Amino acid sequence: MTVGIVLVSHSANLAEAAAELARELAGPATAVLAAGGTEDGRFGTSIDKIESAVAGADSGDGVAILMDVGSAVLTSKALLAELDDGGPEVRLVDAPLVEGAIAAAVTSSTGQDLAAVVAAAEQARGMRKL
Amino acid sequence: MNVELCLAWMLRFSELVDAEADRLTALDAAIGDGDHGVNMRRGMQAAVAALGESPPETPGSVLVATGRALVSKTGGAAGPLYGTGFRRAGKALTDTELASAAEVGAALVAMLAGIQDLGQAAEGDKTMVDALAPAVSAFEASAGEGLAAAAEAAAKAAAEGAVATVPLQARKGRASYLGERSIGHEDPGAASTALLLRALAEVTTES
Repeated sequence: MTVGIVLVSHSANLAEAAAELARELAGPATAVLAAGGTEDGRFGTSIDKIESAVAGADSGDGVAILMDVGSAVLTSKALLAELDDGGPEVRLVDAPLVEGAIAAAVTSSTGQDLAAVVAAAEQARGMRKL
Repeated sequence: MNVELCLAWMLRFSELVDAEADRLTALDAAIGDGDHGVNMRRGMQAAVAALGESPPETPGSVLVATGRALVSKTGGAAGPLYGTGFRRAGKALTDTELASAAEVGAALVAMLAGIQDLGQAAEGDKTMVDALAPAVSAFEASAGEGLAAAAEAAAKAAAEGAVATVPLQARKGRASYLGERSIGHEDPGAASTALLLRALAEVTTES
């Protein structure tokens, strides 16, 4: 069992491509699910898509959600506020979507817990590239 | 406010959003992503449909059901913001069947708090808070004169608050990336919030 990762973007394609990249780097042990766009295929965010991705990504060790901007963040926060106690443990991660997703997925694949996955992803925020 | 009046409020809000959808979208096209009117129309149509399918029995449950539909069906940032606001307002009314003006005022306070908790916007950031915060203050100041008078004061304050966003520079959302170029445009979220308070004033005056 590993920590699940959910990627929320305004764009279904962006979320799915970022998830595909994270899955490629992390290997098969970690579930990385995309929740991009609206239910009717527009740009935007769907609380129902995020909720079902969280359910799909959870294997008992909790789920880390990474978002891009705007309504992706607000909708994820709204979902967190209404999730019942007793459901999967869910944390929102304050990190860049792609870099954070890779850090989270790889950390998860090593079997570390939700707090460690969130910390690794949030370190991506300050990681310099040049 | 009883359940019929609260339903009338939501129905009237939906009608005003529908009538003003093009204006809201045009405002959003200037500084946002140009979908606010379309999104709010879709969200409120879904809310009205949900209220028709399973009619709530209290004003609070009308607002909670409206919030749930808005957060699911709106699409943009307005969905979770209005959705959270309506649900917090509805929960503040608990299961009361006849809310006094003071209780409606407390619900509006809860709506504002919910929206600010979620969006982290303050007055002056050029958001819906710039219409809602003065409306809540005006409502509370006039609540002693009854629901219709308080709603009228709130509607006036919200409309003035929305217009007062024109010279502001956006500090939240997509518009904040525009910097000074966001100045000179009315905030679409403040404009739709003004419609929400106008709807309340209209239905309470008629009742």
